Amino acid sequence: MPRYYTEEHEWVDVDGDVATVGITDFAQSQLGDIVFVEVPDTGAELAAGGDAAVVESVKAASDVYAPVDGVVTEGNGQLEEDPALVNSDPEGEGWFFRMTLTDKSQLDGLMNAEAYKAFIADL
Amino acid sequence: MTETDFTGEEAVPTATLPLDAWHRAKGGRMVEFAGYWMPIQYEGIMAEHQWTRENAGLFDVSHMGQLSLEGEGAVEALETLVPGDIAALKPGRMRYSLLLGEDGGILDDLMITNEGDQLGIVVNGAVKWDDIGYLRENLPDDVTLNHNEDYGLLALQGPKAADALARLVPECTDMVFMQAAQATWNDHAIALSRSGYTGEDGFEISLPNEALAAFADALCAMEDVKPIGLGARDSLRLEAGLPLYGHDLSEDTDPIEGDLGFAIGKRRREEANFPGAARILGHLADGPPRKRVGLLVDGKLPVREGAKLFDGNTEIGVVTSGGFAPSVGAPIAMGYVPRDHAAPGTAIAAEVRGKRVPCTVAAMPFIPHHYVRKQGG
Repeated sequence: MPRYYTEEHEWVDVDGDVATVGITDFAQSQLGDIVFVEVPDTGAELAAGGDAAVVESVKAASDVYAPVDGVVTEGNGQLEEDPALVNSDPEGEGWFFRMTLTDKSQLDGLMNAEAYKAFIADL
Repeated sequence: MTETDFTGEEAVPTATLPLDAWHRAKGGRMVEFAGYWMPIQYEGIMAEHQWTRENAGLFDVSHMGQLSLEGEGAVEALETLVPGDIAALKPGRMRYSLLLGEDGGILDDLMITNEGDQLGIVVNGAVKWDDIGYLRENLPDDVTLNHNEDYGLLALQGPKAADALARLVPECTDMVFMQAAQATWNDHAIALSRSGYTGEDGFEISLPNEALAAFADALCAMEDVKPIGLGARDSLRLEAGLPLYGHDLSEDTDPIEGDLGFAIGKRRREEANFPGAARILGHLADGPPRKRVGLLVDGKLPVREGAKLFDGNTEIGVVTSGGFAPSVGAPIAMGYVPRDHAAPGTAIAAEVRGKRVPCTVAAMPFIPHHYVRKQGG
């Protein structure tokens, strides 16, 4: 299952037409202790680069953008009870939402793991 | 994620404080604050917050302005600009006060200490240059204002602060809350006060820039002491109900609106001779039109600065600071509401991203203060 990354520090796992989206370990380490996550409603139509979710650390609220176009099929309900999952397992249990992809060719514009690693090394 | 979360745009060059390298070596994440690079956190805001409530946290607050006033008539001159009874301040005692503009609006909040031969004043870093200009303009020529830039300021806060500091400066244990003293450490002249901005017992220590790193190292070598960043400083003071200038107080706020009536001395009320006395004493007698209050937030969604406050569909006020409160275990906030909504228990709502979040007006502090007011008491 290929994993893609964005310059806005989201990761995208793709399985057929379904993508699972979260924020990277680098992003959670920059944000610090996460105290609240607002995931999109099921059925929400997301456009690449548009607002998708909000993650709140002790210090500030940050927007999470949709990496590609799609329709939300599920938000991670576990984050409501345990937002700190984003800190403890950002690229696993701390996923934000799942969506069906509208245009899979948009994935070509995202980075692979190697490219993302180089990208954050330059920040 | 937005890029601005990771790279701030710099309009003016950001200055470094004497402990800059020390913070970086300790793993401090540096951010621009009040024109300086300062550590927002080391290991994490939540852990640092809890550490300070249970042990002792060391804060570098060298960005703050350390001023002194000397000369014949310094007390009387300062009293023309602040509403506190400075003349009644005994040597070695300090008081919280407010620098007031002509209309009674708050230009800054500050600490004033009677140091015997002079008055010590500590002002907020973000407005210190404005304060200095305002003081110079409004003080008579025979009162000298010094800006002691050769000194840094550290705060050691928490239930284990006194024991830790006593290993370096034994005389600190004899002091009580809002008491100040001179001391020496390794041949450096230092000044300390039993005060702070966390609600915990603790001290602020002023010492020469060249002694800061060695003093901070000596404290952090103790197992009860860790360095704490600005993030936890903010969550600690919020829980303690202490306002932050530029957020909870501004030149559009007067002391009564800011719920700081205690800072207006009894004699000063009778004399009514401080800036904006008519407005301020009027608000004191009749109640202010709006007032700073604490807010307990229902649920987990943090309510932050700028959130509008509502009673039903009527907008009634605004949140001036807020966030998750680690020791409360829930979001809390401070904001301004009309006088008739200021009673603890009043149910209102805050608007966050188009959603209404129920809030209840709450008495402050949210976490009880632990000041040491009496020796042996």
